[in-house]
Amino acid sequence: MIFEKDLEKKQLHVMREFKAPVEKVWRAWTEAEQLDKWWGPKPWNTETKAMDFKPNGRWLYAMVGPAGERNWSNAVFTAVGTNTFDYKCTFSDENGVTNPDFPTVYWHITMEQRGDKTVVNVDVRFDDIAGLERLVAMGFQTGFTMGLNQLEELLG
Amino acid sequence: MRHDIFQAIADPTRRAILTLLAIGAMTPNAIAGHFGSSRQAVSKHIQVLAECGAVDQKQSGREIYYQLNLEKMKEIDHWMELFRKLWELRFEQLDKLLDTL
Repeated sequence: MIFEKDLEKKQLHVMREFKAPVEKVWRAWTEAEQLDKWWGPKPWNTETKAMDFKPNGRWLYAMVGPAGERNWSNAVFTAVGTNTFDYKCTFSDENGVTNPDFPTVYWHITMEQRGDKTVVNVDVRFDDIAGLERLVAMGFQTGFTMGLNQLEELLG
Repeated sequence: MRHDIFQAIADPTRRAILTLLAIGAMTPNAIAGHFGSSRQAVSKHIQVLAECGAVDQKQSGREIYYQLNLEKMKEIDHWMELFRKLWELRFEQLDKLLDTL
């Protein structure tokens, strides 16, 4: 995995290769049933409430913690192409109403098959530096509101 | 403008200053000597770094020295490391899922 930060551009870049054809990787990233199986790093689970994978459609999901706590995120797909899609994500309530206290995070995902493997590039862009800092302060992950200590414990 | 640690590292000159100070404390004049820009410009960057808490100053005789505030700088690395680990975990789960698709 390649993990790069460009704080000047307020961007993070993650690249990872998967031993699977692009069709399968695409399904894993775009079908709610599959996303729910891997998006939430243990012990967090992702539970999709609504998924409409098309431009202007949305993915409304909760990250469910070990004690049953739910942190909701609303992702709106802004572009869907061949092996690429974009969305913007905000923290929300269970109805997808944005929580204005937190910044919008912009995601750009591209997939490319190379032989029998698929390379996925993820670009995560933040609204502003202050927004990035707020996310840091709360132990960021989109849809993820646990404190740094908890996260650290989880990751060991 | 609000000054926080991310503001501190958002500028290339400031990042270069932080790299210099990673070796050891320096006076403003010594720092300025490393850059082509004016002393005034460099001193403005140092001021921003101080306001962000990225550097501390200490007095030694008649000179003021600037040094890195390591605790503050760790905040960034620490968080980035957590973020990286989180993606690793997530992708391991995805590897397993892909085997079943």
